[in-house]
Amino acid sequence: MATTEGQLDGKDGGGEPQIGWRHTFQQVKGDPTARFGLYVIAIATSIAVFSAVDANLSRATMGVYPDYTIGEWLPVLENPERMPPPTEMEPYQPPVFAEGGSWANPLGTDQAGRDYLSRIIYGARVSMAVGFFATFLGLTGGVLIGAVAGYYGGRIDDVLMRFVEIIYSIPALVLVIVFTVFVSGGNPDVIYAVLGVGIATIPVFSRIIRSRVLSVREMDYIEAARAAGVKDRNIIRRHVIPNSFAPVLVYATLQIGFAILIVAGLSFLGYGAQPPTPDWGQMLNHAHGQMHVNPWMSIWPGVAILITIMGFNLFGDGLQDALDPRIDN
Amino acid sequence: MNQNTILSVDGLRTHFYTEQGVVRAVDDISFDVRQGEIVGIVGESGAGKSVATTSILRLIEEPGEIVAGEITYQDTTIVGFDERSDGTLVPKDEMLTNRQMRSQVRGNEIAIIFQDPMESLNPVYTVGNQLQEFIELNRDLSGSAAKKEGIDVLREVGIPEPEARFGDYPHEFSGGMRQRVLIAMALACRPNLIIADEPTTALDVTVEGQILNLVSDLQEEYGTSFIWVTHDMGVVAEICDRVNVMYLGKIVEQGPVDEIFYDTKHPYTKALLESVPRPDRTVDELNPIVGTMPSAIDPPRGCRFHTRCPDAREACREVDPQFVDVSETPDTEHRTACIKYDDVGYWDSVPLEHASEQDTSYIDEDQRPENRDLEQTEGEP
Repeated sequence: MATTEGQLDGKDGGGEPQIGWRHTFQQVKGDPTARFGLYVIAIATSIAVFSAVDANLSRATMGVYPDYTIGEWLPVLENPERMPPPTEMEPYQPPVFAEGGSWANPLGTDQAGRDYLSRIIYGARVSMAVGFFATFLGLTGGVLIGAVAGYYGGRIDDVLMRFVEIIYSIPALVLVIVFTVFVSGGNPDVIYAVLGVGIATIPVFSRIIRSRVLSVREMDYIEAARAAGVKDRNIIRRHVIPNSFAPVLVYATLQIGFAILIVAGLSFLGYGAQPPTPDWGQMLNHAHGQMHVNPWMSIWPGVAILITIMGFNLFGDGLQDALDPRIDN
Repeated sequence: MNQNTILSVDGLRTHFYTEQGVVRAVDDISFDVRQGEIVGIVGESGAGKSVATTSILRLIEEPGEIVAGEITYQDTTIVGFDERSDGTLVPKDEMLTNRQMRSQVRGNEIAIIFQDPMESLNPVYTVGNQLQEFIELNRDLSGSAAKKEGIDVLREVGIPEPEARFGDYPHEFSGGMRQRVLIAMALACRPNLIIADEPTTALDVTVEGQILNLVSDLQEEYGTSFIWVTHDMGVVAEICDRVNVMYLGKIVEQGPVDEIFYDTKHPYTKALLESVPRPDRTVDELNPIVGTMPSAIDPPRGCRFHTRCPDAREACREVDPQFVDVSETPDTEHRTACIKYDDVGYWDSVPLEHASEQDTSYIDEDQRPENRDLEQTEGEP
């Protein structure tokens, strides 16, 4: 493996992970669990992306066109002609391997007779979109606030970080629920949940990057940039953030899984995705009354959530190891 | 003042307000730089050399502050204060704003080369990327023109295959090559004055020699002025035209390089020269300066060097030495701050017994100068 390159990276960065994304990728590839996580993410992402093209939406929604899905930009959804007419379906069909199951509905059907497999596949789209957007939001906001606070220090730092700590002091779930209810005006939807989770994660991101910026801003190349007359804005954008980004990236990977989990929880509570949008958490909500009669209805979304989050966590751990010069495979 | 003076620093004081007290890192220094010359600032670590140079670019950060003095670059006021009727100092109106400093002075008029070539390049960008950024910022060149200029400058500072190296990352360069890149970055902006803050300290002597030659050549070619900060008297002898010797925030001796070396006046300069090996003199033993520099929070009263000065007398503890002209010819401008050369009673005063009368806790046991013959001072000037 690229061991020598790795040692160089570590040494040159003053013991900090700063350069060599190619090397990081090599290390992740060489780590079987991280690789497995990456595969899971890749599969889940492609399911999420291509479900719009291929899966049978009408089977997932019983022909009721969802008034909102995150994948609306995909043109096929706008074209009702592509959607086959809903077929007759029995509610509470068991999966194919159980007694009375059929290949027509491999994972069975839900309370409205909708195909469970299609709904799980569509649920991936909502979950992945939720995970990525919420994390992107928190990361962007957090990195901006944390980098500015850390770079300028002094009063700017105090004001920004106190503001962030106020957000941080409110339990995330409470914050998100209150935000969702208030902003949506009583009509909760998954988009508000995403916004809420994004805002709730700003504090962690800003604290992570700020602590790195505090050491990066003392580096000579920052001083050199200032001495050459580079504007503060460009110093932060070009020099400070890229050199402080590694721990943020690791946390973001883990955070995607966490955001999926929180939004699934919100949907379960009824504050997230609304019917008929297929969403794993919401499916769990509908299934939990059927726990004893139709246990598979709870198991499938649960397994889907488990595998997806595990994928992100394994990849995140692998990335952390790869970016930490003290651990070299 | 000389006509060719491009930068003059007058009575500069830069203090740091720390929890332990006020660190008087630079405490009333004055010097100037003329067009096309290399001015040295020499002194031990912690003497305030780097603070003095960063003050010139106004890059002093919290908790530091320039509290007094005047820095004039050509016709612009970089630092200047007006005294109000109640005695407080307020920045002058004509003093450049921070924005003007950034856009008009830093980089394009005064550039700086930092001490550590390993730390002064951003590891996430290629060398060319950073060079190009600086060129685009400080000269009216953009895109491919800036890149071409960057490659030309890299070639000029002696980097082989500059076209290929332009796209390499800093960690792919050796220390000497990185220092060349830093010099290229400073030169590429075509500044009028380059401040070199111990640029060769981290390099081995052969590379240091090459860099010094390079700087001499480039300086002849472009006529750029330099402020060369170093603690190495050898480097000073090699390239400097005039020298300022700093000790604990003050300049103790100032003059042309030959005068400093061959007609040394201040005991500190003398001690500095004796503590390094010199090829032109053979000595049995080097004579390092005893002890460490006192804290700049609470500097010694009187002459700041008296706690370590082999020539110290009682008067040195009381009298704050003024800068006196010790030039032997009218145009040499050799000055020193030592009361030996001033008429304030040094020669009537009793020599100091360092070990018995001073706090010597900072002096190693075996280095205490109890037995050193303090009577054996230099002859009268």
